[in-house]
Amino acid sequence: MIPTARMSELTAQRMSAHGSGRLSPARVGMVGLIVAEASLFAVFVVAYLYDLGKSLSGPSPTEVLSVPVLGTVCLLSSSVTVALGVRALGRGAVRRCGAWLLATVLLAVVFLIGTAAEWLRLITREGLTIGTSLFGTTFFALVGLHASHVIVGLVMLALISAFAWSRALRPAHLERVELVSWYWHFVDAVWIVVLTVVYVIGR
Amino acid sequence: MSIIAPPVATPGTLVERAGLVTRLHEWVVTVDHKRLGIMYVVSGLVFFLIAGLEASVMRWQLTSAGSTIVSPQVFNRLFTVHGTTMVFLVGVPIVFGFANYLVPLMIGARDLAFPRLNAFGFWVFLFGGLLLYFSFLGGDGLYGAGSAPDVGWFAYAPLTGRAFSPGNSTDYWNLSILVTGFGTVATSINLIATTLTMRCRGMSLGRMPLYVWMMLVVAGMTVMALPPLSAAQIMLLLDRFLGAHFFDTQAGGSAVMWQHFFWFFGHPEVYILMVPGFAMISEIIPVFSRKVIFGYPMIVAASLAIGFLSMTVWAHHMFSVGMGAPLNAAFAASTMLIAVPTGIKIFNWVATMYGGRIRFATPMLFACAFLFQFLCAGLTGVTLAVVPFNWQLTDSYFVVAHFHFVLVGALIFTVFGAIYYWFPKATGRLLSERLGRWHFWLFVVGFNLTFLPMHWAGMLGMPRRIYTYPADRGWDFWNLLATLGVPFQAAAILIFLVNVVISLRRGERAGNDPWDAWTLEWATASPPPAYNFETEPVVASRRPLWDLKHPDDPDGPHE
Repeated sequence: MIPTARMSELTAQRMSAHGSGRLSPARVGMVGLIVAEASLFAVFVVAYLYDLGKSLSGPSPTEVLSVPVLGTVCLLSSSVTVALGVRALGRGAVRRCGAWLLATVLLAVVFLIGTAAEWLRLITREGLTIGTSLFGTTFFALVGLHASHVIVGLVMLALISAFAWSRALRPAHLERVELVSWYWHFVDAVWIVVLTVVYVIGR
Repeated sequence: MSIIAPPVATPGTLVERAGLVTRLHEWVVTVDHKRLGIMYVVSGLVFFLIAGLEASVMRWQLTSAGSTIVSPQVFNRLFTVHGTTMVFLVGVPIVFGFANYLVPLMIGARDLAFPRLNAFGFWVFLFGGLLLYFSFLGGDGLYGAGSAPDVGWFAYAPLTGRAFSPGNSTDYWNLSILVTGFGTVATSINLIATTLTMRCRGMSLGRMPLYVWMMLVVAGMTVMALPPLSAAQIMLLLDRFLGAHFFDTQAGGSAVMWQHFFWFFGHPEVYILMVPGFAMISEIIPVFSRKVIFGYPMIVAASLAIGFLSMTVWAHHMFSVGMGAPLNAAFAASTMLIAVPTGIKIFNWVATMYGGRIRFATPMLFACAFLFQFLCAGLTGVTLAVVPFNWQLTDSYFVVAHFHFVLVGALIFTVFGAIYYWFPKATGRLLSERLGRWHFWLFVVGFNLTFLPMHWAGMLGMPRRIYTYPADRGWDFWNLLATLGVPFQAAAILIFLVNVVISLRRGERAGNDPWDAWTLEWATASPPPAYNFETEPVVASRRPLWDLKHPDDPDGPHE
């Protein structure tokens, strides 16, 4: 029914669909992953809200938590740097893309150092662990789940950045890099929810 | 018009000359959606046999009052592993296995969007299943003789806490279901991406076969409803291994929260298993009634409605925990509401059959039994949504009867119908109609003999999950009847297995299109070549093969 010439033309159309605004399998797949992850986080957030103030022993969130301003600023601005990296790759500037992604990685590392310092203080000085009280349980579970997602994103971004320097990254990989940036934006959006729930409502 | 592929040599011919190891290797490393689909369905059927054996032991124990064939402890393990197996290792792999096989063929694609992710999903599922069954050896580690989980398939807190469930049996349940869940979510994402981006030319959403539509809805439901179970299971892991307190009431945690999280997954799961049944039926009934499906847009709309509503009904499993009148009323209302789209579909199927030239081949027989038994299941479901009635009958055999009518009477029947319908496509050989009839009638009789009496036992007050009962309650007769159904069902399954083995060797050659059907999978060879279609098909209506066979009267203008 379709002549061969027409077929290759179709294939060409399908290939060119990648990287443009059209639906591609990879894009739909990433959206699916993000929906599933959002559903996972929603349950931890609901558990956190439901268990607020139900701890039978201290310390309470008001006593030990303070808003992580620096970490939040770093993580949220890393969404901007990753978007700039994708834009650079779209224009063919591979090295510049690598630089922006490296900046993203550094910002994320600052965020994670902040989290690590907070956890160290809570565990060693305040004596709050995941088993101390219900607050400890929900806090470490929710913040830890988010931090583990930051680490996954960090590894992916660091790899792409390394590939940019080793010239393995090419403009043809735009869609893949863009999808990693989608994941990264999602992790940032989750942080806004976690920040609101844990450090604003929960304190 | 060349969308019918020329009869190509089956991909097996070359492989068959190779040795057994080579052939096994081919299956292990495959990323072909058809092979993975077959492996899903076959492993699902193997687990079905195992879970059926477990159920038979339980029925044997319950035949008469006060029997002592198994101990209470063993009985607990049996119903836990039976339920877990049936839902996660039979239902899920079979419905997703069929989707694996059929969705790319039906939309004219060459494979799923992510073939390697697909293989990952299958192997993770199989690993999870083996892990669950390894618990029979390793549940209590070196201390006991080994034990399987015994906390029920929904593993309520606080029974799953360290204090009440020492050893590792509960962890086997938890970890095995957690990993199968990852595989299922991956496969669902794969199905969504395939359906949305890889349809052949001309196949708009409104021309997709209903099977594909409904599997799209199912995959969407899975992506949203399964991660909450994974989240709850991660919490349970933290509770059991790191001393967290999510479900520990003594530290302020909440056991009821587990119920909410579990059923927020658990009720959509019922529809994740049932809607694929609807999907198969929606392909089988039109072909064997020789009519277009009645009300295609309405069935699509009803499927979407079921998808949305199924997310809002979960707490009807929890009327007896004391949620209070407003919540009870809300969940009762949503539960009754979901019966509406489901009822619409039943009318659509019946209306499709009405005035049709019905051929009662084996797939159609199973479809007819499905209609009747699913109606019964739906009616008991709606009555269980009435809160006071639910309070009376919750956790009784009435509930056991209800969900076995759903999952066996409706889902397993449609699966058997689907196997008879698509077996020729997957193997190139027809299953024997004569043995198929024996299989069908023995299974109908056996199924109803086992599960109908459970309604009465339940209404007489028999609780579920008891390992025995006193003789003076009037439950003996109904239990005896229920157990009498077992040999009929076992004989039916045996005949089915014989049928498969015989037909694989000596069955009638099927040809491309043995049922004179209309969807794209019948346009290619049986079994289809690895690449499915030589050239990408082009469709102009919902029934591309009708258009091909009747160029004088194409479907398009009538849609």
